[in-house]
Amino acid sequence: MSEIITQLSIFVNNEPGRLAAIASTLRECDVSMKAFSLAESVEFGILRAIVQNPEQAYEKLRSKGIVMKKTEVIGIRLPDRPGAIFETANVLGGAGINIEYGYAYTGDNGPMMFLRVDDPRAAVEALGASGVKTLKESEI
Amino acid sequence: MYWNRKIECMPREELKELQFTRLKTLVDNLYSNNRFYHDKMKAAGVLPGDLTRMEDISKLPFMHKQDLRDNYPAGMFTVPATDMVRYHVSSGTTGKPTLVGYTKNDLDYWTEALARSLTSIGITADDTMQVSYGYGLFTGGLGLHYGAERVGATVLPSGTGSTERQLELMIDLGVTAIACTPSYMIHMIDVADRIGVDFRRDTKLRRAVLGAEPWTEGMRQRIESRAGIQAYDIYGTSEMAGPMFTECEERKGIHVSGDLAYVEIIDPETGESLGPGQKGEMVVTMLTKEAMPLIRYRIRDLTTLMDEECECGRTSPRIERISGRSDDMLIIRGINVFPSQIEYTLMRIPEVGDQYMILVDREGALDTLTIQVEIRNEAFSDRVEDMISLKRRIESEIKKYLNIGANVELKDQGSLPRFEGKAKRVVDRRIMT
Ligand SMILES: [Zn+2]
Repeated sequence: MSEIITQLSIFVNNEPGRLAAIASTLRECDVSMKAFSLAESVEFGILRAIVQNPEQAYEKLRSKGIVMKKTEVIGIRLPDRPGAIFETANVLGGAGINIEYGYAYTGDNGPMMFLRVDDPRAAVEALGASGVKTLKESEI
Repeated sequence: MYWNRKIECMPREELKELQFTRLKTLVDNLYSNNRFYHDKMKAAGVLPGDLTRMEDISKLPFMHKQDLRDNYPAGMFTVPATDMVRYHVSSGTTGKPTLVGYTKNDLDYWTEALARSLTSIGITADDTMQVSYGYGLFTGGLGLHYGAERVGATVLPSGTGSTERQLELMIDLGVTAIACTPSYMIHMIDVADRIGVDFRRDTKLRRAVLGAEPWTEGMRQRIESRAGIQAYDIYGTSEMAGPMFTECEERKGIHVSGDLAYVEIIDPETGESLGPGQKGEMVVTMLTKEAMPLIRYRIRDLTTLMDEECECGRTSPRIERISGRSDDMLIIRGINVFPSQIEYTLMRIPEVGDQYMILVDREGALDTLTIQVEIRNEAFSDRVEDMISLKRRIESEIKKYLNIGANVELKDQGSLPRFEGKAKRVVDRRIMT
């Protein structure tokens, strides 16, 4: 199942300089982020990042004491037309798959979206069956 | 195994006689030769002749930390400067430091107490002990140093700091025992994790003697399970000499050698004596001290006296793990809160890491309590709701055990301060009027 993408979820204290400190640890460990989003509550944030070589990045960052985990997400390319996000959600909804969160990102290969769903394998299958291609890590 | 079987296992009646003889000698001498004690006894209307049995000790007036401060530097010393062989100084958070002087005999008794204590937890001449307490003005380093030397152990006087190097030495020298603060022990374990040192696999460490700050049973369990060692509680304040008394291998309270110290427990409000099993403030009389005697000194630590004899055969009375200092008690919205109660609650929650901070503020007329905890990696969830519910759960545990509302802040690993000496986990930012 190479179409499941490993996302790094990183816990960030919501205090001045903490995100910058994490960013500098990422740099120190040669981890380059391809896409990210930050979910925030009042006191803390969760940085969700798609990176090059996630397994290796995870080991390096964990050894620095960063609180984190690997999360499976799926990625899709967003066609440049209205309604695409709705259609995707509709397919997943129809297959009984819940979306926990998602974020869009425009990279070198155009706009794409990452989704955290309760059953990523079923999601890849359902989307594939309705003609929506999910991305491999190498395609991001 | 005993260091001094005759004294440690002395029948209670005999011990009581010895205590009374020593008390009597001490009080006679002070009344005749020392201005401070003479005046203090006079003011309380008690004469040396009023002491006819050990229980009469309660006729004597209390001594307070303030007495030591008011008479700084040399006013409490009862021997000429030429007999003084060492000073230790503890810095108070407010006012003048507390200065303690020692004669040769004082050092000898202190070291004797530690030799008994270390022997009681199985430390022998075969051990190598790393002393990672601060050396210098603080009593921990030199105290444990000479105590361990006396039992014949090999001492590695590493002091605090340079934790990675300390771990390296621990491995290279096959260190089997360590003495430090519980917070430094946790810090060492954290550093070991980070640099890939496994205490069980890479070191020969088997025992830790931890003290100089109140700590809880929950913290002990965490230290023991993370490092695969036995951790023992040690007690003693600089006024008494320094760290002196430990648990024995039974680990049911700290043995206080009766020939050296006499412990009473009082109600801190009324000063009335409390019986065994009742929690109160500890009052200590040091029976052999020469340079700076302590008589009914209100040490301000809270504990319970356990009078029944221990399984280990030692007849000395025991005190329970110190549950806090009355000085450390926080009054938050009118509720008494001990930092150790907060630690107790936090350590029972597996998601909570070993580091925490307690912040007290005042917003308008209202006190606020904020507890910062580092979360364990295993407890981290990618979902914001899960993290918020963890925070709520910790808050409700605090509410349940302490009956006080607190705001819990979740922090990532390494973001809270680490302590190499005594931990300072409480920050009270209220302006007291
Ligand atoms: Zn015992």
